Amino acid sequence: MTGPLILRQGQRIGRQRFSGREAFRSVSAYYLLPFRFERFCGNEVLVVNDVGEHLFLTASDFARFTGHELRSDEDVYLTLKGKHFLADSDSLVPVDLLAIKARTKRAHLEGFTKLHIFVVTLRCEHTCRYCQVSRVTQDRKRFDMSEAIAHRAVEFTFRAPAERIKIEFQGGEPLLHFERIVQVVREARAKAAATGRHVDFVVASNLALLSDEMLEFFQQERVSLSMSLDGPAFIHNMNRPRPGGDSHEVAIASLTRARAALGADAVSALMTTTRLSLDHPRQIVDEYVLQGFHSIFLRSLTPLGFARRTAPRIGYDIDRFLRFYEEGLDRVLEVNRGGYQLVEVYAQLLLTRMLTPYSTGYVDLQSPSGAGIGVAVYNYDGDVYASDEGRMLAEMGDKRFRLGSLQADSYDEVFGGTRVRELVESSCNESLPGCSDCAFQPWCGADPVFNYATQGDIVGHRPDSDFHRKNAFIIRHLLELYRSDEGVRRIFWRWIRGNTIGDPNAESTT
Amino acid sequence: MRLEATGTAARLDHRVIGRIATADSPPEVREDAVLLWRHEDMATDGDTEGYLALLTPLPTLPTWARSIPAVTGVEGLEHLQAGDVVLLTPAGFVRILYRRHSEHNFLLVAQDCNSYCLMCSQPPRPSDDIGRVHEHLRLIDLVDPGTRELGLTGGEPTLLRDHFLEIVQRCKSRLPGTALHVLTNGRLFFYNKFAERLGAIGHTNLMLGIPLYSDVDSEHDYVVQAKGAFDQTVVGLNHLARYGVPIEIRVVLHRQTYQRLPRLAEFVVRNFPFVRQVVLMGLEFTGLTLTHPDDLWIDPAEYQGQLREATAYLHAAGLRVRIYNHQLCVLDQSLWQFAAQSISDWKREYLSCCGSCAVRSACGGVFATSRGRHSEHIKPFSGTAAIGPALISR
Repeated sequence: MTGPLILRQGQRIGRQRFSGREAFRSVSAYYLLPFRFERFCGNEVLVVNDVGEHLFLTASDFARFTGHELRSDEDVYLTLKGKHFLADSDSLVPVDLLAIKARTKRAHLEGFTKLHIFVVTLRCEHTCRYCQVSRVTQDRKRFDMSEAIAHRAVEFTFRAPAERIKIEFQGGEPLLHFERIVQVVREARAKAAATGRHVDFVVASNLALLSDEMLEFFQQERVSLSMSLDGPAFIHNMNRPRPGGDSHEVAIASLTRARAALGADAVSALMTTTRLSLDHPRQIVDEYVLQGFHSIFLRSLTPLGFARRTAPRIGYDIDRFLRFYEEGLDRVLEVNRGGYQLVEVYAQLLLTRMLTPYSTGYVDLQSPSGAGIGVAVYNYDGDVYASDEGRMLAEMGDKRFRLGSLQADSYDEVFGGTRVRELVESSCNESLPGCSDCAFQPWCGADPVFNYATQGDIVGHRPDSDFHRKNAFIIRHLLELYRSDEGVRRIFWRWIRGNTIGDPNAESTT
Repeated sequence: MRLEATGTAARLDHRVIGRIATADSPPEVREDAVLLWRHEDMATDGDTEGYLALLTPLPTLPTWARSIPAVTGVEGLEHLQAGDVVLLTPAGFVRILYRRHSEHNFLLVAQDCNSYCLMCSQPPRPSDDIGRVHEHLRLIDLVDPGTRELGLTGGEPTLLRDHFLEIVQRCKSRLPGTALHVLTNGRLFFYNKFAERLGAIGHTNLMLGIPLYSDVDSEHDYVVQAKGAFDQTVVGLNHLARYGVPIEIRVVLHRQTYQRLPRLAEFVVRNFPFVRQVVLMGLEFTGLTLTHPDDLWIDPAEYQGQLREATAYLHAAGLRVRIYNHQLCVLDQSLWQFAAQSISDWKREYLSCCGSCAVRSACGGVFATSRGRHSEHIKPFSGTAAIGPALISR
């Protein structure tokens, strides 16, 4: 384009002025930054660094990388460097960036216990086959939380330094003890205002007993609802018997009223997978779509309490559940491709950990475990437990995870005691046997209560662990899906971003 | 559009910065005003009392104006309007510093720079930048507070150190409603205190546009021709984030940067998720680029794959993406929604083949300053049917 003579002159000047790439490369040998790895089929190796960034390498690149044989002008070298798998100078900047990311990944630890579960009653009018704890009884005195205990529990709740606190009402069926909910909400609101904190409320309920008076209160106080929905009527009603056998019908009727009063987003649903569910993943997913939900949590049965006792009838092994999960997730993706936004919550959680620098505060899958430091359970009788499963175990007669008593102990004794410390020390998967060198470690967590309930030991034995099997399988599956095609990637990212109404990159632009 | 011109100065013994007045102005505003005398539309009653100076395209002054400083015979500034701000020098040089009705006003507050980017469009040169700071402050005082956006550029503005902060502070107090956009390499914010002081000014409508050319230090340092620059900028980004200063990452796409663009996108998402937006920019074929064009020039059509991958990823990850300096006909249609009409009005033009294009009004055109070096793939769109949806979603 330009006259050749002028161009040559220009280039000569340029060469004198500008230094070449080599002048900016480090002359020292590279060193490895902390990472873990896992061999994949197809001659690939997945490498994951301490803050959860990942990369697939060919086996030969991996061998050369770890053998310190990469040249500093290779693409793979630059990529490993950019993702902080290797460093080649005495600059501390890569380490500083890693430190910021490590801090960010653990941001859920900030503020200590954020989720406070109030078991306002153990009574229930359902007799669910998998339920660990409920009692069908009229004995209010014995199974309801007293006013004094609730008052003390609110005090404990606000001893936690968290700026944002969530109070969840559970049971039994918490609506059977509505007056206690009212008391706790009022006291907590006052406490939050006095201490400059924010508090959210959610009631976990089957919604069968939802009255207009309750709805009015929930609307005034912006309390959201979490209902049980196991699938279409034939599954839901089989799993959740109640007098009349109409649990599904009653729940859906209440759902409609609740949405009208509180708004569509104020009601979420939780499903439990039983043996009956296993053959119907598509129907279950479709039921969530039919009922207008935009998220579904394909959740395996908690192997505790009554569920463990009744395991021969409703239980299943983890591999069977994982087949169910895989089919269910497929259906969820299909639904998304069809233009209906439906998030699978467990995948959303794991993907957020895998693909973003952010932390997630899901108490059953974090390191250290959220037991006690992320969640606390105030039982109807005044006992404090490290997790919901911990109190379920107690209902079965094993108080291993009882942290103390609201009446007898101080806050510091309960939350600073040896039980909490032991739980934290035994649930850092950075150091747990079988976890510490697993490539998925930064994305995964630990569940000491699960370990104890299934293996009799809070540290647990990874090779036989259903927790390990499940998470390793799902993470691997998600990685493969993410790599498979751009459409899936877009759906996954939409889940990660959460609410994306008005997203210009919606499905139609495929 | 010309922003500079030369005429003949009279009685001008120092540099004058003033606001253009085209009609008789009340006495109280005259002390900041340069009277623009256009023969055809001015009353000639000879009242020049109190004006800073007089500016005219006419070769000679009328008798009534022979007592105030003036620049005569200035041609090519027909677009000057009341409220614009001009600089007049004793040598008869005239520069338009601010145009009231433009969306593209920027203050070139420094000539000097601590980097020497391969493709710099405004090649740096050592200069007494600090000695000119008072002129920039005066200009800020003369800018219409209704101005939507003002840019600070260079050179490297932060090399003014305390004076840079003073300029930002002045913008905040005089132009509280004007968005302030600063083009800086961010290297000086390696010093935490400097970032803290910028944050402490509390300008509520400030954004720093900071270039990052690679996910790897040596690649970035090569592009900016300064060893250690990457580390300084990266630390600077974190310091700025810490003090709540909004940041835009800017990437100029050329032969030395396009290949790792998807990796750079990942690097930004994992390390700097706090940035307000990422701007992916086409090369302006001017400045230092001219000294080694073959090292830098690549037809944008050739890097659409990398551009598309990086944009889709950044967008999916929730970052705002903007594509600057690309003609719609060169961009993959999935990218149209991100394309902005970014080329400043005074240096934007369209090729002759663009005359019949159906989407010309939505297109940002080409750099008039690029000396004819544009994509080989520029072509007009004839119908609207095929391109309707992409434009609507824009």
